[in-house]
This record gives sequence, C-alpha cells and structure tokens, in this order.
Amino acid sequence: MRTLDPHSPQIPRLASILILFALLAVTWLVWSGFFKALLLFLGLVSSVLCLWLTIRMRFFDDYLFCLPVGLGFVGYLFWLLREVLKSSLDVTKIVLSPSLPVSPRIARIRAGSEHPYDQVLFANSITLTPGTLSMDVDKGVITVHSLTEEGMRDLMSGEMDRRITALRRK
Amino acid sequence: METVIDIVSWLLLTSGGFFVLVGGVGALRMPNLYTRMHAASVTDSIGPILVIGGLILQAGMTLVSIKLAAILVFLLLTGPTASNALASAAMLSGHRPGLAQKMSAEDES
Repeated sequence: MRTLDPHSPQIPRLASILILFALLAVTWLVWSGFFKALLLFLGLVSSVLCLWLTIRMRFFDDYLFCLPVGLGFVGYLFWLLREVLKSSLDVTKIVLSPSLPVSPRIARIRAGSEHPYDQVLFANSITLTPGTLSMDVDKGVITVHSLTEEGMRDLMSGEMDRRITALRRK
Repeated sequence: METVIDIVSWLLLTSGGFFVLVGGVGALRMPNLYTRMHAASVTDSIGPILVIGGLILQAGMTLVSIKLAAILVFLLLTGPTASNALASAAMLSGHRPGLAQKMSAEDES
C-alpha cells in the first residue's frame, strides 16, 4: 500500500528524529518562556516522552515531512475556509428552518491520491466541512454521510479531491 | 483604527457565538445520530475559527496571538478526527444510518 513517492522529500530516519526533538524543545521554550532548571528538565522529559510515543507509532518508518506543505497548501487552506463558511451557512439555514429539510445520503467516494497522508487530508477536509462527514476510510475509498443530497452532489463533483491531488503534482 | 479593530473583533466573536448556538440547536432538532453530528460540526468548525479570530484581533501582535492560532490549528485537526472516530464507532456498534439513502457516483451523470 505504501508506495514511494518520488515527489516527497526524503529525510534520513535519525535526522528526522533529531529535527522533531529540536522542534519540540524549541516549542517548549518559546511557549513557557521560563528558564528555571526544574522547568527545563520537565520540558526535556516531555519532549523525550513525545518522541518515544511517535517512534512507537512507527511515524518515522514512513516519511516525516510528506505533507505537501507549501504555497499550494496555503491556497488550499483558504479554499477550504471558503467551503467551510459556505456549508456552515447552508447547515444553519436547514437547522433554523421550521420544516427541517434534511435528505441524508450515504456514498462511497474514491480518493484520487494513493498517498495515505492525502487520503487523511481528504477525509478530514470532508468532515471539517459541515454537512458532510466521513465515516470510514478503506483502501482509498471513503464512506461519506451527507446531510443533504445537494451536499453529496457537491462532493461528488470532485473539486476537493482534484485540489488535494494537485498539491503533490507540481 | 483601534475602534475599527474592536468592531471587527466583536462582529467575529458574536457571529462565532451565533454559529456555536446554531450547532447546539441543530443537535437537539435533528432526527438521528448522524444528522445530529452534522449540526454539531458547525460548532466544531466555523465556531472556533470566528471566535479565535476575534480573540486574535483583541490580542494584537503578541505571543498570545501565536498561542491562540496554535489552539485553533489543534482544534481543527482534532475535531474532525474525533468525529471520524465517533461515526465509525457508531457504525461498528451497529447503529445504521437508517434515514440515509445510498447514492453512487453513477447517479451523478
């Protein structure tokens, strides 16, 4: 299932562990702003604890930085924000209208990208948008529940999937 | 300038509060578990975006703003994950989405 993606940057395992440790330590220092010995020690302990958990989760057996984070990703976030706004207004209208016009639908939708991180991004984007909810992800096929038929049609038009797939193909 | 920022921030805070309330009302009005989750996701997504956006405007260019932004990022990451877990747990325990009609991509064309 895990296919190697030539487009994602590959960082050696030990280097990614050290980078994550540095990130955690810096975050602790900046967040607390205290430099007492006890608090520094506690920060060290929690950084190492987090690191141990991530190693146990086999996070580093894959790639660390394989989310396509870049300008395209920021653009995608703004597009997603607009979608969230639009569908929030739609759901609000439904909730506040006396007749409660719901027409729930359920469907299986195939993610365009085979990369597991893209599929997670797709499923979470679906859930984040009110009115659609992903219930299960199985081998790239996402079971989606929608509040209205219209919402499902929007999702089936495939724009979200196209945008996510396009992030990795540059 | 400060008044403008204050007004925008109040607008964001009150509209965020409105959407949180709508999510609560929807969770009460909807007919079954899955449709209730749709209503509650208004509280999950647009609520924190607007409320924390308003708070960031109040905090200005400080470390507090960065912390608030981090809280928003974590809420937006964990919210959908929890919803996915809830929906799939409901499915696994045999709670069928009885109201929902099946729809397939072929209907679309």
